Amino acid sequence: MIHSLFLINASGDIFLEKHWKSVVSRSVCDYFFEAQERASEAENVPPVIPTPHHYLLSVYRHKIFFVAVIQSEVPPLFVIEFLHRVVDTFQDYFGVCSEVMIKDNVVVVYEVLEEMLDNGFPLATESNILKELIKPPTILRTVVNTITGSTNVGDQLPTGQLSVVPWRRTGVKYTNNEAYFDVIEEIDAIIDKSGSTITAEIQGVIDACVKLTGMPDLTLSFMNPRLLDDVSFHPCVRFKRWESERILSFIPPDGNFRLLSYHVSAQNLVAIPVYVKHNISFRDSSSLGRFEITVGPKQTMGKTVEGVMVTSQMPKGVLNMTLTPSQGTHIFDPVTKLLSWDVGKINPQKLPSLKGSMSLQAGTSKPDENPTINLQFKIQQLAISGLKVNRLDMYGEKYKPFKGIKYMTKAGKFQVRT
Amino acid sequence: GEIFELKAELNSDKKEKKKEAVKKVIASMTVGKDVSALFPDVVNCMQTDNLELKKLVYLYLMNYAKSQPDMAIMAVNTFVKDCEDPNPLIRALAVRTMGCIRVDKITEYLCEPLRKCLKDEDPYVRKTAAVCVAKLHDINAQLVEDQGFLDTLKDLISDSNPMVVANAVAALSEIAESHPSSNLLDLNPQSINKLLTALNECTEWGQIFILDCLANYMPKDDREAQSICERVTPRLSHANSAVVLSAVKVLMKFMEMLSKDLDYYGTLLKKLAPPLVTLLSAEPELQYVALRNINLIVQKRPEILKHEMKVFFVKYNDPIYVKLEKLDIMIRLASQANIAQVLAELKEYATEVDVDFVRKAVRAIGRCAIKVEQSAERCVSTLLDLIQTKVNYVVQEAIVVIKDIFRKYPNKYESVIATLCENLDSLDEPEARAAMIWIVGEYAERIDNADELLESFLEGFHDESTQVQLQLLTAIVKLFLKKPTETQELVQQVLSLATQDSDNPDLRDRGYIYWRLLSTDPVAAKEVVLAEKPLISEETDLIEPTLLDELICYIGTLASVYHKPPSAFVEGSRGVVHKSLPPRTGSSESAESPDTAPSGVQAAEQPAVIPTQGDLLGDLLNLDLGPPVSGPPIATSSVQMGAVDLLGGGLDSLVRRSPALAAAAAAPAPSTAMPANLGAPLGSGLGDLFDLTGGVGTLSGSYVAPKTVWLPAMKAKGLEISGTFSRQVGSISMDLALTNKALQVMSDFAIQFNRNSFGLAPAAPLQVHAPLAPNQSVEISLPLNTVGSVMKMDPLNNLQVAVKNNIDVFYFSTLYPLHILFVEDGKMERQMFLATWKDIPNENEAQFQIKDCSLNADAVSSKLQGSNIFTIAKRNVEGQDMLYQSLKLTNGIWVLAELRIQPSNPSFTV
Repeated sequence: MIHSLFLINASGDIFLEKHWKSVVSRSVCDYFFEAQERASEAENVPPVIPTPHHYLLSVYRHKIFFVAVIQSEVPPLFVIEFLHRVVDTFQDYFGVCSEVMIKDNVVVVYEVLEEMLDNGFPLATESNILKELIKPPTILRTVVNTITGSTNVGDQLPTGQLSVVPWRRTGVKYTNNEAYFDVIEEIDAIIDKSGSTITAEIQGVIDACVKLTGMPDLTLSFMNPRLLDDVSFHPCVRFKRWESERILSFIPPDGNFRLLSYHVSAQNLVAIPVYVKHNISFRDSSSLGRFEITVGPKQTMGKTVEGVMVTSQMPKGVLNMTLTPSQGTHIFDPVTKLLSWDVGKINPQKLPSLKGSMSLQAGTSKPDENPTINLQFKIQQLAISGLKVNRLDMYGEKYKPFKGIKYMTKAGKFQVRT
Repeated sequence: GEIFELKAELNSDKKEKKKEAVKKVIASMTVGKDVSALFPDVVNCMQTDNLELKKLVYLYLMNYAKSQPDMAIMAVNTFVKDCEDPNPLIRALAVRTMGCIRVDKITEYLCEPLRKCLKDEDPYVRKTAAVCVAKLHDINAQLVEDQGFLDTLKDLISDSNPMVVANAVAALSEIAESHPSSNLLDLNPQSINKLLTALNECTEWGQIFILDCLANYMPKDDREAQSICERVTPRLSHANSAVVLSAVKVLMKFMEMLSKDLDYYGTLLKKLAPPLVTLLSAEPELQYVALRNINLIVQKRPEILKHEMKVFFVKYNDPIYVKLEKLDIMIRLASQANIAQVLAELKEYATEVDVDFVRKAVRAIGRCAIKVEQSAERCVSTLLDLIQTKVNYVVQEAIVVIKDIFRKYPNKYESVIATLCENLDSLDEPEARAAMIWIVGEYAERIDNADELLESFLEGFHDESTQVQLQLLTAIVKLFLKKPTETQELVQQVLSLATQDSDNPDLRDRGYIYWRLLSTDPVAAKEVVLAEKPLISEETDLIEPTLLDELICYIGTLASVYHKPPSAFVEGSRGVVHKSLPPRTGSSESAESPDTAPSGVQAAEQPAVIPTQGDLLGDLLNLDLGPPVSGPPIATSSVQMGAVDLLGGGLDSLVRRSPALAAAAAAPAPSTAMPANLGAPLGSGLGDLFDLTGGVGTLSGSYVAPKTVWLPAMKAKGLEISGTFSRQVGSISMDLALTNKALQVMSDFAIQFNRNSFGLAPAAPLQVHAPLAPNQSVEISLPLNTVGSVMKMDPLNNLQVAVKNNIDVFYFSTLYPLHILFVEDGKMERQMFLATWKDIPNENEAQFQIKDCSLNADAVSSKLQGSNIFTIAKRNVEGQDMLYQSLKLTNGIWVLAELRIQPSNPSFTV
């Protein structure tokens, strides 16, 4: 199972190590550093690296490499999933997951890691339970602790760990009982030169924030559950009920959690809400190129497209760009060659555009590769797949909770080739 | 300074100060500072009712107990006391921490508390104790067995609490990994049922353990397989990708048992696609592992994902390791239906920034052309477009793949050669240059200025890499055979460059072969060099079916990431049990009968892979591009040509040229060209080796047979020669005893060997210093080498010797034992051995029985090693010891052997 964990920052320093079995020398990370050196960018470091006696499995998040050391045949996905869970937990505990934050809270980090694995076997990975065992640091609690001498380690058995609903802690009490659900859909798409869609798919999630007293039993039903043919559920969802009735029935964890994630890939169901018109031309033997892009709304069901952001990695040969936007602000970084244009809202009457010229390196032939345009946007109050929640009911408790559903569509990896 | 301050604080009376001090100590420890000097002070803080302080001290103990074992004993009492605590959390914590202290003295004290905790009333304590057994086993396996903890652990599989079941399974799996032979996890339908019930209720991690355990179960019939599948399918919707992949493994494996006619089979196939696609929207690291596994799945069951091509399209900001994997799968899924889309994408990728990715994309276009015949034309025109971009590395890759396309579709796309020739000057990579030269040589008759083109390469001949030199040599010989009149000078030039000015033995050998071929029999030369080459096939990059089946059983593991069986790389996997897919039992109305189904599948797939071996044989003779693999065709065709004499030498050097081709080629050469005779002497040679059992403790050196009389006196006017062959520290020698039985003095001895199969020749003249008086005898050791000329003999190890003295010249022949030719570096890499072993065609195998040998495996192995036969691996199957041996002959032929030793009757397979 998982032997050890090393946290390594982008400059290659090991700033935390934790061993769950015997101690593995940190020199094992040399193999990782080699791979790190070979990779052009941090993102490109391969996630599985063999060494003579161990295997290093790593994830890269928040500019930190989380490197797990294993010695025997262990499912790599198991390890990688666990590492992501570690990162999520840190984020949950400290708000942000950064080197500074981890160093400041090193003892809590160490305690949490100790609770998460025993002999390399996962022990408690649900943040609900972890927080019962080790309370996250807050300024108030630190003050209180120093005065009263109490600790931030719970001395009760985390009851939830053994119940049939291990994800929920017991004895939850709220004065305001509320349950909010966010349906968030991200569109991943590749659009080709001519504007036709090469691939488009929707990654959807329903994130919930449930603060309900006691042991509520919820059901959530949809107007069009047929859309959901490829779903992954939180363990709390009763699968049988979904199979037979297409209703989500569950006892929710306390607080924030992801109820389900789904995937819609049938092309006809994925509407593309924006289009990009582009005219980017390099010419041989000329030190000037032309650049012109316009963004416009396409299938938005009458909603406004906002938070639009256009980024593009220009070829190396582009020295500088002189551009004028019709709205928003733009920056071209001549070192990284990254062009970004913060567009804001799209007004269908007056489409935003960015026009101008590029100065190219003189004397070289035109760049081989065409820049790809990356698009970010948001549409409030719309789930682009058309998914709609029908109703939410609560059983098992007597009070009336406050319920709310929000929809949002965002761009995921939305790329336009030129 | 700092340590001193901490020491003072640790011994402070104030609780609060103590705790802060322990926290500081832990903080220093986590960043790797050595705070072991504080051990006694920290342990003193352990006796406390403050849970946090206790936990912190435990953390410290786990880290440093090993370096201070005597001090650690001090903590034992507290642990034992804590194991009796009314609070289950404290009990569990104590047993958990104790297991983490890897000190023998402490483990002794651990047994009693652990036994109690395994039967604790609280499941939380039980599940913690289950893991503790695994920890203890890691420290002291014998102790765990003696104390009967394994049985208690097995009982926990039937525990009422699903978490306890999951942890017991996890612990047992880990223990079983270091004990492959033990039947710790032998499952029966009852325990399977328990596991399936626990599967629904335990945590995601527990589900992974249980699913992986289920995958090792062999259902007794298709009905049981189906019911397990039904209960596992819901796991495909789990949010944890590791759960999903483990479920996929179980399903892929058990599906093998279901009849394809079953409705359920089709439903299951359909259910597998969406979760696999979903894995691709996870984090890139997860995607990578998923893609490596999908690569196996699409090879085993392409139907699952055949409609999902688009999810494998590359996004420009995917990490490179994801991009390359996606590309691989795109090619595997390419078919006539989607080829247009795929090509458009590939062309797009070829203009990206990342050089490695662009190269692979260009190569992928070539692979598509070879895979989907209808698309070949489009692929070629796409490649031509890419060549027009003049991007250097794109052009080079394109030329390399176009060469492959020519080999798949000869005489179809030669019109593009002109375009290719335009780019000749920009080629600076050996592979691209070699490909281009091959094209020019192969189509010399259609390229007007082929001689000029090749001549231009010849100028810098010695600066080229070997690959290019070999290719150039062959290409010019081809050119000469096609246009003999104009190119005589060129061919002479290249032959002399290759044979005289080069110090590369491969190049020299090939040069000499061509030279001799051309000078002795140009017609034969033409037939050999311009022989029709087998077509290359699309499936060169497929994983071999039996390996694929094994890998399917390892879905989700490291083996699936490396596409190698665990035995090939996992450390300490002593005698890994090979897993195999269950045979399809099927219902009786199923089209395939139960027995033949798996083999039928294999037979259907086999031909797809085999051709690559045959086709590359052509390479050996005139191209050397791509990995050399071999097969019989040229050997036989040449035999028919009657060029046997030459072939003996030719094959020999061919084989020497590519040692990588190993036994797969080794055996073919002799067994087809020299029908059937390698086996016999080899067998007898080995027989000899085993005869040695009788004693003669010659373990230090190679076995030496007693001298036998080779030339009786009456045949040689009174000269009697007896002798034997031996091999010592890398050199072969012939030990001779010359006896003068005549009445006159003999002098002026000289010796010569006729050409023979292995090129044996005297390395020094025969030196008999003093004349040999009547009835006197002299012992001489004559060093031999193997650089003499080569001729196939029958039997293979026949050696004809001529001895001259002042009286006359005498001829005799003798058989030399093959083992003198076994070289010292005949130890093959284990992996290579495995790969090669699989590749040996049946016709190159031979079996022998060696009787009356009463040695055990180890003795055999060390004896053989004395004769340069190396043991690569050893395993025990059904009470018989199997030894896997390799040896290498002086001419580079490898021989691989499997030795099965039964108490009385060892049999031997080559």
